[in-house]
Amino acid sequence: MKYLIGLLAACLFATGAAATGVAADVAPDALVKNVTNEVLEIVRKDKDIQAGNTRKTLELVEAKVLPHFNFQRMTLLSLGREGRQVTPEQLVVLSGEFRDLLVRTYSKALTEFRDQEISFKPFKMAATDTDVRVRTEIKQTGGKPAQLDYYLERNGKSWKVYDIEVGGISLVTNYRSTFAQEIRAGGIDGLIRTLQEKNKAADTSSKAK
Amino acid sequence: MANDMKQTQTPKRLRSAMLVIALAGMLGGCATSGNPKDPIEGFNRAMYGFNEAVDTAVIKPVAQGYDYVLPAPVRTGVTNFFGNIADLFIGVNNLLQGKPDQAVSDLGRVLINSTVGILGLFDVATPAGLEKHEEDFGQTFGRWGVGNGAYVVLPIVGPRTVRDTAGFLLDVTVDPVANLGHVPTRNVLLALRLVDTRADLLPADKVIEEAALDKYSYVRDGYLQRRRSLVYDGNAPREALD
Repeated sequence: MKYLIGLLAACLFATGAAATGVAADVAPDALVKNVTNEVLEIVRKDKDIQAGNTRKTLELVEAKVLPHFNFQRMTLLSLGREGRQVTPEQLVVLSGEFRDLLVRTYSKALTEFRDQEISFKPFKMAATDTDVRVRTEIKQTGGKPAQLDYYLERNGKSWKVYDIEVGGISLVTNYRSTFAQEIRAGGIDGLIRTLQEKNKAADTSSKAK
Repeated sequence: MANDMKQTQTPKRLRSAMLVIALAGMLGGCATSGNPKDPIEGFNRAMYGFNEAVDTAVIKPVAQGYDYVLPAPVRTGVTNFFGNIADLFIGVNNLLQGKPDQAVSDLGRVLINSTVGILGLFDVATPAGLEKHEEDFGQTFGRWGVGNGAYVVLPIVGPRTVRDTAGFLLDVTVDPVANLGHVPTRNVLLALRLVDTRADLLPADKVIEEAALDKYSYVRDGYLQRRRSLVYDGNAPREALD
Protein backbone atom coordinates (compact mmCIF):
# COMPACT_ATOMS: atom_id res chain seq x y z
CA MET A 1 0.00 0.00 0.00
CA LYS A 2 2.72 2.37 1.07
CA TYR A 3 5.03 2.76 -1.92
CA LEU A 4 2.11 2.22 -4.19
CA ILE A 5 0.48 5.37 -3.03
CA GLY A 6 3.69 7.31 -3.29
CA LEU A 7 4.14 6.20 -6.81
CA LEU A 8 0.64 6.94 -7.84
CA ALA A 9 1.04 10.38 -6.56
CA ALA A 10 4.28 10.80 -8.34
CA CYS A 11 2.64 9.59 -11.45
CA LEU A 12 -0.08 12.07 -11.42
CA PHE A 13 2.36 14.77 -10.78
CA ALA A 14 4.33 13.65 -13.73
CA THR A 15 1.65 14.54 -16.11
CA GLY A 16 1.83 18.03 -14.89
CA ALA A 17 5.26 18.06 -16.31
CA ALA A 18 4.53 17.03 -19.79
CA ALA A 19 4.09 19.82 -22.22
CA THR A 20 4.10 23.38 -23.38
CA GLY A 21 3.30 25.55 -26.35
CA VAL A 22 6.49 24.60 -28.10
CA ALA A 23 6.32 24.65 -31.88
CA ALA A 24 5.77 21.46 -33.83
CA ASP A 25 8.64 19.23 -34.82
CA VAL A 26 10.24 19.33 -31.40
CA ALA A 27 11.67 15.93 -30.59
CA PRO A 28 9.61 14.06 -27.97
CA ASP A 29 12.36 13.98 -25.37
CA ALA A 30 13.01 17.70 -25.77
CA LEU A 31 9.30 18.34 -25.49
CA VAL A 32 9.00 16.49 -22.19
CA LYS A 33 12.10 18.15 -20.84
CA ASN A 34 11.10 21.69 -21.82
CA VAL A 35 7.64 21.43 -20.42
CA THR A 36 8.75 19.76 -17.18
CA ASN A 37 11.35 22.40 -16.54
CA GLU A 38 9.12 25.28 -17.48
CA VAL A 39 6.20 24.16 -15.35
CA LEU A 40 8.30 23.29 -12.33
CA GLU A 41 10.10 26.60 -12.51
CA ILE A 42 6.82 28.48 -12.43
CA VAL A 43 5.48 26.35 -9.58
CA ARG A 44 8.59 26.86 -7.51
CA LYS A 45 8.49 30.63 -7.94
CA ASP A 46 4.79 31.26 -7.60
CA LYS A 47 3.77 32.05 -4.04
CA ASP A 48 0.06 31.66 -4.77
CA ILE A 49 0.48 28.16 -6.13
CA GLN A 50 2.60 27.18 -3.16
CA ALA A 51 0.00 28.55 -0.81
CA GLY A 52 -2.49 26.15 -2.38
CA ASN A 53 -4.24 28.34 -4.93
CA THR A 54 -5.99 25.59 -6.86
CA ARG A 55 -7.36 27.80 -9.58
CA LYS A 56 -3.97 29.20 -10.48
CA THR A 57 -2.41 25.76 -10.61
CA LEU A 58 -5.20 24.53 -12.85
CA GLU A 59 -4.67 27.46 -15.19
CA LEU A 60 -0.99 26.75 -15.41
CA VAL A 61 -1.56 23.10 -16.25
CA GLU A 62 -4.21 23.98 -18.80
CA ALA A 63 -2.01 26.50 -20.54
CA LYS A 64 1.27 24.64 -20.52
CA VAL A 65 0.48 20.96 -20.32
CA LEU A 66 -2.88 20.25 -21.91
CA PRO A 67 -1.95 21.15 -25.49
CA HIS A 68 0.46 18.22 -25.53
CA PHE A 69 -1.94 15.56 -24.43
CA ASN A 70 -4.25 13.48 -26.54
CA PHE A 71 -7.20 13.00 -24.19
CA GLN A 72 -9.42 11.15 -26.64
CA ARG A 73 -6.72 8.56 -27.10
CA MET A 74 -6.25 8.34 -23.34
CA THR A 75 -9.97 7.93 -22.84
CA LEU A 76 -10.21 5.16 -25.42
CA LEU A 77 -7.27 3.39 -23.84
CA SER A 78 -8.80 3.51 -20.41
CA LEU A 79 -12.05 2.18 -21.83
CA GLY A 80 -10.26 -0.80 -23.34
CA ARG A 81 -12.72 -3.26 -24.83
CA GLU A 82 -15.64 -1.17 -23.60
CA GLY A 83 -14.53 1.52 -26.05
CA ARG A 84 -16.30 -0.31 -28.86
CA GLN A 85 -19.71 0.73 -27.60
CA VAL A 86 -18.95 4.43 -27.23
CA THR A 87 -20.53 6.84 -29.74
CA PRO A 88 -18.52 9.80 -31.08
CA GLU A 89 -20.71 12.20 -29.08
CA GLN A 90 -20.22 10.23 -25.89
CA LEU A 91 -16.48 10.15 -26.48
CA VAL A 92 -16.33 13.94 -26.66
CA VAL A 93 -18.21 14.37 -23.38
CA LEU A 94 -16.39 11.53 -21.68
CA SER A 95 -12.90 12.70 -22.62
CA GLY A 96 -13.80 16.21 -21.48
CA GLU A 97 -14.80 14.93 -18.04
CA PHE A 98 -11.82 12.58 -17.88
CA ARG A 99 -9.54 15.48 -18.79
CA ASP A 100 -10.92 17.57 -15.93
CA LEU A 101 -10.31 14.73 -13.49
CA LEU A 102 -6.76 14.21 -14.70
CA VAL A 103 -5.90 17.89 -14.77
CA ARG A 104 -7.07 18.33 -11.19
CA THR A 105 -5.11 15.32 -10.10
CA TYR A 106 -1.94 16.57 -11.79
CA SER A 107 -2.31 19.98 -10.34
CA LYS A 108 -2.65 18.48 -6.90
CA ALA A 109 0.41 16.31 -7.40
CA LEU A 110 2.36 19.19 -8.82
CA THR A 111 1.83 21.24 -5.68
CA GLU A 112 2.49 18.32 -3.33
CA PHE A 113 5.69 17.18 -5.02
CA ARG A 114 7.11 20.43 -6.35
CA ASP A 115 10.39 20.14 -4.46
CA GLN A 116 11.36 16.79 -5.93
CA GLU A 117 14.17 16.76 -8.43
CA ILE A 118 13.62 15.26 -11.86
CA SER A 119 16.30 13.76 -14.05
CA PHE A 120 15.98 12.81 -17.72
CA LYS A 121 17.26 9.49 -18.94
CA PRO A 122 19.16 9.12 -22.22
CA PHE A 123 16.78 8.90 -25.14
CA LYS A 124 17.19 7.54 -28.62
CA MET A 125 14.76 7.00 -31.45
CA ALA A 126 14.79 6.32 -35.17
CA ALA A 127 13.61 9.07 -37.51
CA THR A 128 10.71 6.86 -38.59
CA ASP A 129 9.41 6.09 -35.08
CA THR A 130 5.87 7.23 -34.39
CA ASP A 131 5.44 5.81 -30.89
CA VAL A 132 8.10 6.37 -28.22
CA ARG A 133 8.76 6.29 -24.51
CA VAL A 134 10.61 9.13 -22.79
CA ARG A 135 11.99 8.10 -19.43
CA THR A 136 12.53 10.36 -16.48
CA GLU A 137 13.17 9.81 -12.78
CA ILE A 138 12.02 11.56 -9.66
CA LYS A 139 14.54 11.58 -6.84
CA GLN A 140 13.11 10.63 -3.48
CA THR A 141 14.81 11.11 -0.17
CA GLY A 142 15.67 7.80 1.42
CA GLY A 143 14.37 5.72 -1.43
CA LYS A 144 14.93 4.41 -4.88
CA PRO A 145 14.17 7.08 -7.51
CA ALA A 146 10.65 6.78 -8.92
CA GLN A 147 10.41 6.06 -12.60
CA LEU A 148 8.28 8.45 -14.55
CA ASP A 149 7.75 7.52 -18.18
CA TYR A 150 5.86 9.35 -20.90
CA TYR A 151 4.45 7.59 -23.93
CA LEU A 152 4.15 9.81 -26.96
CA GLU A 153 2.68 9.32 -30.37
CA ARG A 154 3.35 11.29 -33.49
CA ASN A 155 0.34 13.27 -34.70
CA GLY A 156 1.23 14.82 -38.01
CA LYS A 157 4.06 17.15 -37.09
CA SER A 158 3.70 17.20 -33.35
CA TRP A 159 4.06 14.64 -30.58
CA LYS A 160 1.26 14.03 -28.12
CA VAL A 161 1.40 12.22 -24.79
CA TYR A 162 -1.10 9.37 -24.60
CA ASP A 163 0.02 7.61 -21.43
CA ILE A 164 2.14 8.16 -18.37
CA GLU A 165 3.62 5.52 -16.15
CA VAL A 166 4.70 6.27 -12.63
CA GLY A 167 6.76 3.58 -11.04
CA GLY A 168 5.36 1.23 -13.63
CA ILE A 169 1.76 2.20 -12.95
CA SER A 170 0.01 3.32 -16.10
CA LEU A 171 -2.38 6.15 -15.63
CA VAL A 172 -4.53 4.72 -18.37
CA THR A 173 -4.85 1.10 -17.40
CA ASN A 174 -5.22 2.02 -13.77
CA TYR A 175 -8.67 3.38 -14.57
CA ARG A 176 -9.63 0.51 -16.79
CA SER A 177 -11.33 -1.77 -14.31
CA THR A 178 -13.09 1.11 -12.54
CA PHE A 179 -14.43 2.28 -15.88
CA ALA A 180 -15.55 -1.23 -16.80
CA GLN A 181 -17.24 -1.53 -13.40
CA GLU A 182 -19.15 1.73 -13.96
CA ILE A 183 -20.12 0.77 -17.49
CA ARG A 184 -21.47 -2.59 -16.34
CA ALA A 185 -23.61 -0.80 -13.79
CA GLY A 186 -24.90 2.12 -15.87
CA GLY A 187 -23.50 2.03 -19.40
CA ILE A 188 -21.25 4.72 -20.88
CA ASP A 189 -23.70 7.38 -19.73
CA GLY A 190 -23.45 6.04 -16.19
CA LEU A 191 -19.68 6.43 -16.34
CA ILE A 192 -20.06 9.98 -17.65
CA ARG A 193 -22.42 10.80 -14.77
CA THR A 194 -20.00 9.39 -12.21
CA LEU A 195 -17.18 11.49 -13.62
CA GLN A 196 -19.37 14.59 -13.68
CA GLU A 197 -20.35 14.09 -10.05
CA LYS A 198 -16.73 13.61 -9.02
CA ASN A 199 -15.67 16.76 -10.89
CA LYS A 200 -18.54 18.79 -9.51
CA ALA A 201 -17.82 17.74 -5.93
CA ALA A 202 -14.17 18.70 -6.37
CA ASP A 203 -15.12 22.08 -7.82
CA THR A 204 -17.34 22.90 -4.89
CA SER A 205 -14.76 21.88 -2.33
CA SER A 206 -11.98 23.90 -4.00
CA LYS A 207 -14.23 26.97 -4.10
CA ALA A 208 -15.07 26.53 -0.45
CA LYS A 209 -11.40 26.79 0.46
CA MET B 1 17.28 -15.03 23.15
CA ALA B 2 16.65 -13.79 19.70
CA ASN B 3 16.07 -17.35 18.71
CA ASP B 4 13.48 -18.00 21.38
CA MET B 5 11.60 -15.03 20.16
CA LYS B 6 11.64 -16.14 16.62
CA GLN B 7 10.28 -19.52 17.50
CA THR B 8 7.33 -18.17 19.39
CA GLN B 9 6.65 -15.22 17.12
CA THR B 10 6.97 -16.55 13.65
CA PRO B 11 4.49 -19.37 13.84
CA LYS B 12 1.99 -16.99 15.39
CA ARG B 13 2.41 -14.55 12.55
CA LEU B 14 2.30 -17.35 10.05
CA ARG B 15 -0.81 -18.83 11.56
CA SER B 16 -2.70 -15.57 11.52
CA ALA B 17 -1.74 -14.91 7.93
CA MET B 18 -2.85 -18.40 6.92
CA LEU B 19 -6.08 -17.90 8.76
CA VAL B 20 -6.68 -14.74 6.80
CA ILE B 21 -6.04 -16.48 3.52
CA ALA B 22 -8.31 -19.36 4.46
CA LEU B 23 -10.99 -16.96 5.56
CA ALA B 24 -10.59 -15.05 2.35
CA GLY B 25 -11.09 -18.26 0.44
CA MET B 26 -14.29 -19.06 2.29
CA LEU B 27 -15.67 -15.62 1.78
CA GLY B 28 -14.89 -15.81 -1.90
CA GLY B 29 -18.52 -16.51 -2.50
CA CYS B 30 -19.42 -12.91 -1.73
CA ALA B 31 -17.37 -11.71 -4.66
CA THR B 32 -19.29 -9.47 -6.99
CA SER B 33 -17.47 -8.10 -9.98
CA GLY B 34 -16.02 -11.26 -11.48
CA ASN B 35 -12.57 -9.69 -11.91
CA PRO B 36 -10.33 -12.74 -12.42
CA LYS B 37 -7.45 -11.07 -10.57
CA ASP B 38 -9.64 -10.37 -7.55
CA PRO B 39 -11.81 -13.43 -6.93
CA ILE B 40 -12.46 -12.54 -3.28
CA GLU B 41 -13.37 -8.93 -3.88
CA GLY B 42 -16.19 -8.96 -1.32
CA PHE B 43 -13.84 -9.94 1.47
CA ASN B 44 -11.09 -7.65 0.24
CA ARG B 45 -13.36 -4.63 0.14
CA ALA B 46 -14.44 -5.28 3.72
CA MET B 47 -10.83 -5.62 4.86
CA TYR B 48 -9.86 -2.53 2.90
CA GLY B 49 -12.58 -0.60 4.70
CA PHE B 50 -11.30 -1.87 8.02
CA ASN B 51 -7.74 -0.81 7.18
CA GLU B 52 -8.92 2.62 6.10
CA ALA B 53 -10.77 3.04 9.38
CA VAL B 54 -7.70 2.08 11.43
CA ASP B 55 -5.57 4.40 9.34
CA THR B 56 -7.94 7.33 9.73
CA ALA B 57 -8.39 6.80 13.45
CA VAL B 58 -4.83 6.04 14.52
CA ILE B 59 -1.98 5.66 12.04
CA LYS B 60 -2.55 8.71 9.90
CA PRO B 61 -3.03 11.20 12.76
CA VAL B 62 0.13 9.91 14.43
CA ALA B 63 2.03 10.20 11.14
CA GLN B 64 0.73 13.75 10.68
CA GLY B 65 1.91 14.71 14.16
CA TYR B 66 5.29 13.12 13.48
CA ASP B 67 5.53 14.98 10.18
CA TYR B 68 4.57 18.24 11.85
CA VAL B 69 6.88 18.00 14.85
CA LEU B 70 10.10 16.68 13.34
CA PRO B 71 12.22 18.76 10.99
CA ALA B 72 12.67 17.29 7.51
CA PRO B 73 16.36 16.34 7.94
CA VAL B 74 15.48 14.28 11.02
CA ARG B 75 12.72 12.46 9.16
CA THR B 76 15.08 11.78 6.28
CA GLY B 77 17.57 10.37 8.78
CA VAL B 78 14.95 7.99 10.13
CA THR B 79 13.97 6.88 6.63
CA ASN B 80 17.65 6.36 5.76
CA PHE B 81 18.28 4.41 8.96
CA PHE B 82 15.58 1.84 8.19
CA GLY B 83 16.47 1.88 4.50
CA ASN B 84 20.01 0.90 5.42
CA ILE B 85 18.80 -2.06 7.44
CA ALA B 86 16.54 -3.07 4.56
CA ASP B 87 19.44 -2.93 2.06
CA LEU B 88 20.89 -6.08 3.59
CA PHE B 89 18.06 -8.34 2.46
CA ILE B 90 17.58 -6.34 -0.72
CA GLY B 91 21.10 -7.54 -1.50
CA VAL B 92 20.23 -11.13 -0.56
CA ASN B 93 17.19 -11.01 -2.84
CA ASN B 94 19.22 -9.59 -5.71
CA LEU B 95 21.59 -12.51 -5.27
CA LEU B 96 18.68 -14.97 -5.28
CA GLN B 97 17.42 -13.31 -8.46
CA GLY B 98 20.73 -13.89 -10.18
CA LYS B 99 21.97 -10.30 -10.08
CA PRO B 100 25.26 -10.61 -8.17
CA ASP B 101 26.53 -7.20 -9.32
CA GLN B 102 23.50 -5.50 -7.81
CA ALA B 103 23.82 -7.61 -4.66
CA VAL B 104 27.43 -6.49 -4.26
CA SER B 105 26.33 -2.88 -4.71
CA ASP B 106 23.63 -3.30 -2.03
CA LEU B 107 26.08 -4.77 0.45
CA GLY B 108 28.52 -1.99 -0.41
CA ARG B 109 25.77 0.45 0.45
CA VAL B 110 25.28 -1.16 3.86
CA LEU B 111 29.01 -1.01 4.57
CA ILE B 112 29.42 2.62 3.53
CA ASN B 113 26.20 3.92 5.05
CA SER B 114 26.66 2.06 8.35
CA THR B 115 30.11 3.58 8.82
CA VAL B 116 30.61 6.83 6.92
CA GLY B 117 26.87 7.39 7.01
CA ILE B 118 26.80 7.00 10.81
CA LEU B 119 24.64 3.92 11.40
CA GLY B 120 22.75 4.58 8.20
CA LEU B 121 21.38 7.97 9.18
CA PHE B 122 22.95 9.49 6.09
CA ASP B 123 22.74 7.89 2.68
CA VAL B 124 26.21 8.69 1.42
CA ALA B 125 26.28 5.67 -0.90
CA THR B 126 23.74 7.09 -3.37
CA PRO B 127 25.74 10.22 -4.19
CA ALA B 128 28.81 7.97 -4.37
CA GLY B 129 27.15 6.12 -7.25
CA LEU B 130 25.65 3.07 -5.50
CA GLU B 131 21.99 3.37 -6.38
CA LYS B 132 19.33 2.14 -3.98
CA HIS B 133 17.27 -0.84 -5.14
CA GLU B 134 13.92 -2.21 -4.11
CA GLU B 135 13.65 -5.97 -3.72
CA ASP B 136 11.83 -8.44 -1.49
CA PHE B 137 11.01 -12.13 -1.43
CA GLY B 138 7.72 -11.62 -3.26
CA GLN B 139 9.66 -10.15 -6.19
CA THR B 140 12.18 -12.96 -6.00
CA PHE B 141 9.37 -15.53 -6.31
CA GLY B 142 7.98 -13.52 -9.21
CA ARG B 143 11.37 -13.53 -10.87
CA TRP B 144 11.48 -17.30 -10.46
CA GLY B 145 8.24 -17.54 -12.38
CA VAL B 146 5.72 -17.89 -9.55
CA GLY B 147 2.40 -16.32 -10.57
CA ASN B 148 0.54 -13.78 -8.46
CA GLY B 149 -2.45 -15.83 -7.41
CA ALA B 150 -5.43 -13.94 -6.08
CA TYR B 151 -5.27 -10.38 -4.83
CA VAL B 152 -5.65 -10.27 -1.04
CA VAL B 153 -6.03 -7.34 1.33
CA LEU B 154 -4.39 -8.28 4.64
CA PRO B 155 -5.40 -6.64 7.91
CA ILE B 156 -3.22 -3.55 8.63
CA VAL B 157 -0.55 -4.79 6.21
CA GLY B 158 -2.69 -3.89 3.20
CA PRO B 159 -2.64 -5.12 -0.41
CA ARG B 160 -0.77 -8.26 -1.37
CA THR B 161 -1.26 -11.19 -3.68
CA VAL B 162 -1.05 -14.79 -2.49
CA ARG B 163 2.51 -14.90 -3.82
CA ASP B 164 3.43 -11.62 -2.18
CA THR B 165 1.87 -12.76 1.10
CA ALA B 166 4.25 -15.71 1.13
CA GLY B 167 7.09 -13.33 0.30
CA PHE B 168 5.99 -10.94 3.01
CA LEU B 169 6.02 -13.71 5.63
CA LEU B 170 9.61 -14.48 4.67
CA ASP B 171 10.51 -10.79 4.71
CA VAL B 172 9.16 -10.51 8.25
CA THR B 173 10.84 -13.73 9.38
CA VAL B 174 14.29 -12.44 8.44
CA ASP B 175 13.65 -8.77 9.20
CA PRO B 176 16.50 -7.62 11.47
CA VAL B 177 14.24 -5.15 13.27
CA ALA B 178 11.50 -7.67 14.02
CA ASN B 179 14.15 -10.09 15.27
CA LEU B 180 15.74 -7.80 17.81
CA GLY B 181 16.17 -9.62 21.11
CA HIS B 182 15.44 -6.62 23.29
CA VAL B 183 11.67 -6.48 23.05
CA PRO B 184 11.02 -2.87 24.16
CA THR B 185 13.63 -1.57 21.69
CA ARG B 186 12.19 -3.77 18.98
CA ASN B 187 8.69 -2.47 19.55
CA VAL B 188 9.77 1.15 19.54
CA LEU B 189 11.68 0.64 16.30
CA LEU B 190 8.81 -1.21 14.64
CA ALA B 191 6.40 1.56 15.56
CA LEU B 192 8.82 4.26 14.46
CA ARG B 193 9.33 2.55 11.12
CA LEU B 194 5.60 2.25 10.55
CA VAL B 195 4.96 5.89 11.39
CA ASP B 196 7.89 7.09 9.31
CA THR B 197 6.75 5.05 6.30
CA ARG B 198 3.23 6.36 6.66
CA ALA B 199 4.42 9.94 7.00
CA ASP B 200 6.37 9.65 3.75
CA LEU B 201 3.08 8.82 2.03
CA LEU B 202 1.04 11.72 3.31
CA PRO B 203 1.39 13.86 0.16
CA ALA B 204 0.31 10.92 -1.96
CA ASP B 205 -2.94 10.55 -0.02
CA LYS B 206 -4.32 13.78 -1.32
CA VAL B 207 -3.47 12.91 -4.87
CA ILE B 208 -5.17 9.52 -4.71
CA GLU B 209 -8.19 11.11 -3.15
CA GLU B 210 -8.33 13.45 -6.12
CA ALA B 211 -7.67 10.78 -8.73
CA ALA B 212 -9.73 7.77 -7.74
CA LEU B 213 -13.36 7.20 -8.65
CA ASP B 214 -13.32 4.06 -6.54
CA LYS B 215 -10.36 4.08 -4.19
CA TYR B 216 -10.46 0.34 -3.63
CA SER B 217 -9.99 -0.57 -7.27
CA TYR B 218 -7.60 2.29 -7.88
CA VAL B 219 -5.31 1.04 -5.15
CA ARG B 220 -5.71 -2.61 -6.19
CA ASP B 221 -4.88 -2.00 -9.84
CA GLY B 222 -2.04 0.29 -8.91
CA TYR B 223 -0.61 -2.35 -6.60
CA LEU B 224 -0.77 -5.06 -9.24
CA GLN B 225 0.84 -2.87 -11.89
CA ARG B 226 3.51 -1.71 -9.49
CA ARG B 227 4.47 -5.20 -8.43
CA ARG B 228 4.64 -6.39 -12.01
CA SER B 229 6.95 -3.52 -12.84
CA LEU B 230 9.14 -4.27 -9.81
CA VAL B 231 9.52 -7.92 -10.73
CA TYR B 232 10.88 -6.77 -14.10
CA ASP B 233 13.01 -4.08 -12.42
CA GLY B 234 11.13 -1.34 -14.23
CA ASN B 235 11.39 -2.92 -17.67
CA ALA B 236 8.17 -4.88 -17.85
CA PRO B 237 6.90 -5.59 -21.34
CA ARG B 238 3.98 -3.29 -22.02
CA GLU B 239 0.62 -4.96 -21.56
CA ALA B 240 -1.64 -4.83 -24.61
CA LEU B 241 -3.58 -1.61 -24.33
CA ASP B 242 -6.30 -1.81 -26.93
